[in-house]
Amino acid sequence: MKLHRWVSLTPVLATCVLLVGLFAFGAASYPNFASVAVVRNLLVDNAFLVVAAIGMTFVIISGGIDLSVGAVMAFSATLAASLVEAHGLHPLAAAAVVLAVGVAFGLAQGVLIAMLDVPPFMVTLAGMFLARGAAFAVHPQSRGVTHPFVATTLNETLSLHLPIGARGVVIPPTVVVMFVLLALAWVLLRHVRFGRAVYAVGDDASAARLMGLAVRRIKIGAYALCGCTSAIAGLLFALYQQSGDPASCKGMELDVIAAVIIGGTLLKGGAGSVLGTFAGVMILGLIQTIISFQGDLSSWWTRIVAGGLVLVFLLLHRGIAVMAGRVARLA
Amino acid sequence: MTLSTPSWHRGLRSLVWPVAALALLLAFNAAFMPGFFALEARDGRLYGVLVDILNHGSRTALVALGMTLVIATGGVDLSVGAVAAIAGAVTATLLVEAQVAWPLAIAEAVAIGACCGLWNGLCVSVFKLQPIVATLVLMVAGRGVAQLITGGSIITFESAPVSAIGNSAFLGLPIPVTMLALAAVGLHLLVRRSAMGLYIECVGDNPVAARLAGIPDRAVMMTVYGLCGVLAAVAGVIECSYIKAADANNAGALLELDAILAVVIGGTALSGGRFSFAGTIVGAMLMQTLTKTLYMHDVSAEIAPAPKALVVIVVCLLQAPRVRAWMAGLWSRGGAA
Amino acid sequence: MTSDADRPLLEATGLVVRFGSVRALESVGLTVRAGEVQALLGENGAGKSTLIKCLSGVVKPSAGRIVLDGRPIEPDSPHDAERLGIATVFQEVGLIPHLSVAENICLGREPGRRFFRGLIDWKAVRSRARQAMGRLGLGGLDVERELGTCSVAVQQMVAIARALDVRARVLILDEPTSSLDRGECVKLLEVIRQLRSQGLGIVFISHFLDQVEAIADRVTILRDGVLVGTFEAKSLPRSKLISLMVGREFEAAAARDASDSGSIEAGALLSLRGFGRSGMLEGVDMDVGPGEVVGLAGLLGSGRSETARLVFGADVATRGRMTFRGKAARFTTPRQAIASGIGMLPENRKEQGIFPSLSVVENLVVSLRARDGAFAGLSLRAQVSLAEEFVRLLGIKTPDVHARISGLSGGNQQKVLLARWFATRPVLLILDEPTRGIDIAAKADVLRAVERLRAEGTAVLFISSELEEVTRSCGRVVVLRDRRSVARLEGSEITEQAVLAAVAQTT
Repeated sequence: MKLHRWVSLTPVLATCVLLVGLFAFGAASYPNFASVAVVRNLLVDNAFLVVAAIGMTFVIISGGIDLSVGAVMAFSATLAASLVEAHGLHPLAAAAVVLAVGVAFGLAQGVLIAMLDVPPFMVTLAGMFLARGAAFAVHPQSRGVTHPFVATTLNETLSLHLPIGARGVVIPPTVVVMFVLLALAWVLLRHVRFGRAVYAVGDDASAARLMGLAVRRIKIGAYALCGCTSAIAGLLFALYQQSGDPASCKGMELDVIAAVIIGGTLLKGGAGSVLGTFAGVMILGLIQTIISFQGDLSSWWTRIVAGGLVLVFLLLHRGIAVMAGRVARLA
Repeated sequence: MTLSTPSWHRGLRSLVWPVAALALLLAFNAAFMPGFFALEARDGRLYGVLVDILNHGSRTALVALGMTLVIATGGVDLSVGAVAAIAGAVTATLLVEAQVAWPLAIAEAVAIGACCGLWNGLCVSVFKLQPIVATLVLMVAGRGVAQLITGGSIITFESAPVSAIGNSAFLGLPIPVTMLALAAVGLHLLVRRSAMGLYIECVGDNPVAARLAGIPDRAVMMTVYGLCGVLAAVAGVIECSYIKAADANNAGALLELDAILAVVIGGTALSGGRFSFAGTIVGAMLMQTLTKTLYMHDVSAEIAPAPKALVVIVVCLLQAPRVRAWMAGLWSRGGAA
Repeated sequence: MTSDADRPLLEATGLVVRFGSVRALESVGLTVRAGEVQALLGENGAGKSTLIKCLSGVVKPSAGRIVLDGRPIEPDSPHDAERLGIATVFQEVGLIPHLSVAENICLGREPGRRFFRGLIDWKAVRSRARQAMGRLGLGGLDVERELGTCSVAVQQMVAIARALDVRARVLILDEPTSSLDRGECVKLLEVIRQLRSQGLGIVFISHFLDQVEAIADRVTILRDGVLVGTFEAKSLPRSKLISLMVGREFEAAAARDASDSGSIEAGALLSLRGFGRSGMLEGVDMDVGPGEVVGLAGLLGSGRSETARLVFGADVATRGRMTFRGKAARFTTPRQAIASGIGMLPENRKEQGIFPSLSVVENLVVSLRARDGAFAGLSLRAQVSLAEEFVRLLGIKTPDVHARISGLSGGNQQKVLLARWFATRPVLLILDEPTRGIDIAAKADVLRAVERLRAEGTAVLFISSELEEVTRSCGRVVVLRDRRSVARLEGSEITEQAVLAAVAQTT
């Protein structure tokens, strides 16, 4: 039924409208807003968030939630910095180690959730504090990264120099990594069995089991993937800050969850997309940008607006669910 | 499986594990940390490690009492830290900038905490949002609100009565302990003398049956979240009283973790149903003792949450039905399959 | 209707299933031939769903054999059973609403592309889906549509298409027509005929006897977990069929079809006229006077529990009128109904009735305390003595009133739930299947309690699948069929034959 189509598309539409609307508002209200520099900064400043949000999208689509993302990011950044600066590992080797640890961490959380039925918020809340404590145990303070591979190769050689805009623009490799991961995640969710199974498990886990899907394994896979992206996000953040700081990324899991919800992913699972998540992160970034352009608004307004937006979208999703039920009864 | 004992007896039995764990921890400290049990009386007030534990543990326990009721209905409240920050911010701002009398300032802070809690209750019971997300929204936005109130700076105040809350004693023990005692007694009377306790346990045990049996499930939800907000606000006032200042950034940090851990360790199941205030208080003191033990062994404040989280994972594991069945199988090995 | 007479496609023998002390299946057998439709009939608790669960791997029988195509099999999950060749379409459809039709058909088995095996070949998925739907005569459906946007009828077809994609030999359809309208039923039966001609063996469970008569080649009847027999459908008239299901000899005596009363009876406690809710109940007319016991009779799915829920406010009525105690009423929550003096014992005590972690006392006093308010005050001593009084009155077997209710047997749990409502002293008490799944002695106790209620002046609305109970206890019986009331029997008219006849009449 056509009405049904509209009803299910509404979250995505709302996100797009908001994204475009925000940008238009900014462009209309402030000079220099609609510039290449602003867009570039938006991408650069939020690349690591997008990457973290990719994994969170998988987890939420599968019907779960992961509160440990920020802590794992901080742990990954700190561990990488320590491995490189204190133990002399080559940055790529350090990255490999950090990735492995992130995946293992996600796997462990997934096993507790899927096989032992401990509620996801509890496991990942504990995981958050475990990872945070471990980060401080690795090194109690921020540690700068000065390895030549990072300083020169990553920052300069591998950066893209594009002749766009007045003075040309430099795209650091973090943004490239973000786009690559976005593309991979999109393919995974849309064209690979695992991705389709994640949707199925989140939509109706018991029906999925009856249809023969290995529900537990899929859930564990989603959490392992989230651990992986959180680790990568931590590495990207370390690159962005040129340091590993165990006290960083506090509360970022909430930003990531907010972005995923604003991006149109349903919290109860079964629907969502990484492109929507990307839009969600960009929306939060735009709000931040607008607030800084405004100048006289304190930065914590971002938190309040983000919280408010999440609420609006949650209510929207809830309203859609009720409407869909009514439409189905009429059909 | 049937127990032919009255409910208070059953309640005592469920306390066995938390109390045993607490005793174990205390014994460990007695063995490895001389002076752990040392008490000193000065100016009509007791000082010592145990008193510190009681002091800070009471603050956690207050919030955990409210959290107990929320978890008993099958929900959770992640916003208690943010609400505590808001309450501290309101108190300090009213005292310093609006020159309000201290009883009124505290009353307003607690009232705002109640509103926050009622808002959570509304989201859960009327808008039917999942408790995790509904309270997550307030957790995110609430910090921002607290910072907005304090204007981003740490507001110090001089009010003697307010700072007395966190820094003075009543009957030899820090005032928060008395507040905990009053709150515990008050809540106990509220839930056990009225039908509220029954309503709460029913809503958590079988929400469908609760509605069909005529229980006012919406009112129950609003009440438990409202109470949780009130208690979080009280904890926020105590916290700002400790340092005679409101620090919106750091106030209430880790409060939700400690509160949830206290409830879980105390024996209340995360899925809802039967709850135990006594268990929660023991759990809160256990958490505080663990924290103190870690500090005294030179584990920094930033690392300390990690072993606490491990403890909670272990407790959740032990409560998991699969693990229980496996352990029961181990126990009865030797019998016929 | 040719059938392969050489060897049956599926042969199950001697299946025994016990859940605790309840015997769900006692040595039940079933044979299905290729190219035949076999109907599986029986009332509630007869064992139909348990038998299906054995065949589809959801439940493991403690004894018995299942032989498919000459090979013995032991499916341990629906997926496993599918792999072996037995596909089941459950009543709740069991598909993923947010995925497309094509995806649902191929989920878990999507074909990979030629060069990148990991990626799904959507073209192949779509063509496979169209092929499967084509076998059902729905080749023109847009297979990329989101499943949730399709009607239930189409969703069922998709479930069947999935079974075909798996190359199932045996197709089990569990109550496929309960959510379908007339036109959709006709289409489904057509599809089933097509599948039969393609050589599938089909097991068809339904309580709609006219559909069974239209399509079945053979009929297997279960009653109380025991096989009554398998018969050629042609040789079984409907009256005989019903009496075999119900266990009573039955003559086709004429039933008095009372016409709907135009006016509301004066003095009636509860009056319903055209009462219902779209999608749930078409329209019910009924009167219950003070102190009367009125029975609601009808086969499974006729709308009895729906009527109860709408009267009680568990769901909200959207049609018709209800009058209670002389005033127009429409309850939107159970609380309102309880405040007005109505109580309801729900159909499913485990999911809708008991609070498993709580004690007998607490389960017993909950509605009383809910009605009187949180601060009305009822001392523990008063609660315990109230509970003990009901324990005595109803013969509840429990070590003491503080025991957890989950430790009690089903019959005793039911008695506690009855006591819960007796304690509120309702003016009208609705009992939905009060004797289901409980032992004989407890059944007798419950019926005795109903009699006591009537003697004390409480009106009772009594819903039961057990004809004997209905005819014995009720002064009036309203018969429901297809979610509307079709007949009313009073006093001496109430005999099992009369009820059966009203239930069995073809529209």
